[in-house]
Amino acid sequence: MGFVAPALLLIAVFLIFPALWTIYIGLTNYELTGPNAVAPQLVGIDNFVNALNDALFQNSLWLTALFVLGSAVIGQNILGFVLAWTLRKAKPGLRRTVESLVLLAWILPSTVVAYLWFAVLDRDGGTLNSLLGSEGTAWLVEYPMLSLIVFNTWRGTAFSMLLYSSALAAVPPSQLETARVVGASGWQTVRDIVFPHIRGHVLTNTLLISLWTANDFSPFLLTAGGPNHASETLPVFIYRQALEGGQLGYASAISLLLLLANLVVAAVYLWLLRRKS
Amino acid sequence: MAGIDVQGLSTVYPNGVRAVDGLDLEIADGEFFALLGPSGCGKTTLLRTIAGLEQASSGAVVIGGEDVTGVDPGKRKVAMVFQDYALFPHMTVAENIGYPLRVRGESKARQREVAEETSGGLSLAGLLDRRPGQLSGGQQQRVALARAIAMDAGVLLLDEPLSNLDARLRLEARTFLKRLQRELGLTTVFVTHDQAEALALADRIAVMESGKIRQLGSPREVFQRPANTFVANFIGSTPMNLLDAVVREGFVEVAGTRLTLPSGISLADGTPVTAGIRPEYLNAGSGDGITGVVSTVENLGVSSLVTIECPGDALVGLTVPEQHEPEIGATLTATPEAGRLLVFDEAGLLLGAAKVAI
Repeated sequence: MGFVAPALLLIAVFLIFPALWTIYIGLTNYELTGPNAVAPQLVGIDNFVNALNDALFQNSLWLTALFVLGSAVIGQNILGFVLAWTLRKAKPGLRRTVESLVLLAWILPSTVVAYLWFAVLDRDGGTLNSLLGSEGTAWLVEYPMLSLIVFNTWRGTAFSMLLYSSALAAVPPSQLETARVVGASGWQTVRDIVFPHIRGHVLTNTLLISLWTANDFSPFLLTAGGPNHASETLPVFIYRQALEGGQLGYASAISLLLLLANLVVAAVYLWLLRRKS
Repeated sequence: MAGIDVQGLSTVYPNGVRAVDGLDLEIADGEFFALLGPSGCGKTTLLRTIAGLEQASSGAVVIGGEDVTGVDPGKRKVAMVFQDYALFPHMTVAENIGYPLRVRGESKARQREVAEETSGGLSLAGLLDRRPGQLSGGQQQRVALARAIAMDAGVLLLDEPLSNLDARLRLEARTFLKRLQRELGLTTVFVTHDQAEALALADRIAVMESGKIRQLGSPREVFQRPANTFVANFIGSTPMNLLDAVVREGFVEVAGTRLTLPSGISLADGTPVTAGIRPEYLNAGSGDGITGVVSTVENLGVSSLVTIECPGDALVGLTVPEQHEPEIGATLTATPEAGRLLVFDEAGLLLGAAKVAI
């Protein structure tokens, strides 16, 4: 017991205490400045009630759902699987090159990646506008959510690709070959033979990337939630409420709501996973 | 129903290995055909090339009169059973058997109907709603066979069909497979490394080595008149005696004795040859024969394999009936049965007629 004490202490100080502290100040009217910063008062569940009636919160919740569904559940999942499935039979050289490039998007720091995307999406002289011949299109202003979804799909696909690559290696080749001899199409093979084998992997992968995407803060680096809250996902909303609006108590309450939403999503996935056996 | 015609077929792997090397082979409609050889001889690659799972580098595969060399496996009208049976673990037995029909878009009812029809003859009737994981090895194999039969293809390909079964079950499955093939009359090609399996099952056998066929013939021909020393060595549950010998005055001088040269062979004096005779065709006796000292006795059940040490350090094996085993150290003379002595030339090829004299 003694030798884990330092680790437990660190966890307590940096994880458990802040979590409990968040719950506590979520129940107060604590603010960054002013009288409520000095003497915050308990307000019960007022913050939660206010949040649920707040049009901006509802907007954020909806945008987060859209972001998770578009870029993780659909984008990263499907692109990752398609890459893993196609690269399976590709020449080793090609396979390694594509894998390295996809992996590179994943391991680069967010700030670097955000800067690269500014260069790509820039209104004047951006790479994308040059390629499409659409000079003057401000992608991050005119299509903020679409830009974020494409960005996050590109950024996070590596994880799904790697996970599915190793999952596919576990599908017995003779079963795939039987499907070929029987005359099954590619889609039939994936649906009837491959998917049942990797169902557990699909669920685990979807759970992980959904949670990561829901809590991802990098949208702030690209759009800062704008224009006019059009890309304000929950983490961005919380940050802006807390540090730009100074409403620490309110922001904490919303953090707790985000945490609860995460738990619900996780519970649903675990239930699906258990139903398999 | 369809015959298979393989013409000048080569299959070269990307790493340069010529697994099948310019091979010609004709398999008749309804024939039970074995591809036999040691591991790495190309037999499985040949089977997979016929199935279309490997791409032929040159030559052609013709099935039922139709050139299918570049055709997808699914469009060749071949069915295949893999060594591990490749049953889909998440489907029931009935779904597994009906899967070829599902791929073709047949109705669920039709799939079930065919599964019931096919499984009846394979004693799987009560097992249709089980999963493959709940079946024994023999039952799994029969499900895989049923699925292949449900494809209604002209050709059935089996990769090492018996090797995943334990010894006892293997004999049962062998008999079953032979009966099934006769009943269906389906052109069947199977791959095996087990010569006893090939001899027992096949109408004809192709013995392969390094991507080439070393002998093509009926089990009797391959067993009694192996075309070369490779086949002679490979076929038979006890290895054939292959002894260095020299021709002298119309006799074969081998292991210190002279044996009569088989009829129809005349060779100059002093020609070096290899004399071959199976232990089963040597009798312990006192007549003309190879004499030596008994060094080991191995019990084979109804008979024993006796090894004698002959002059010139030659080791000769012969089988003796049970309860006639000699003592170790005794002197024994092994006499070949008439017409069973084979003579191979220096290149290892059989001299004399290749066909069996019956």
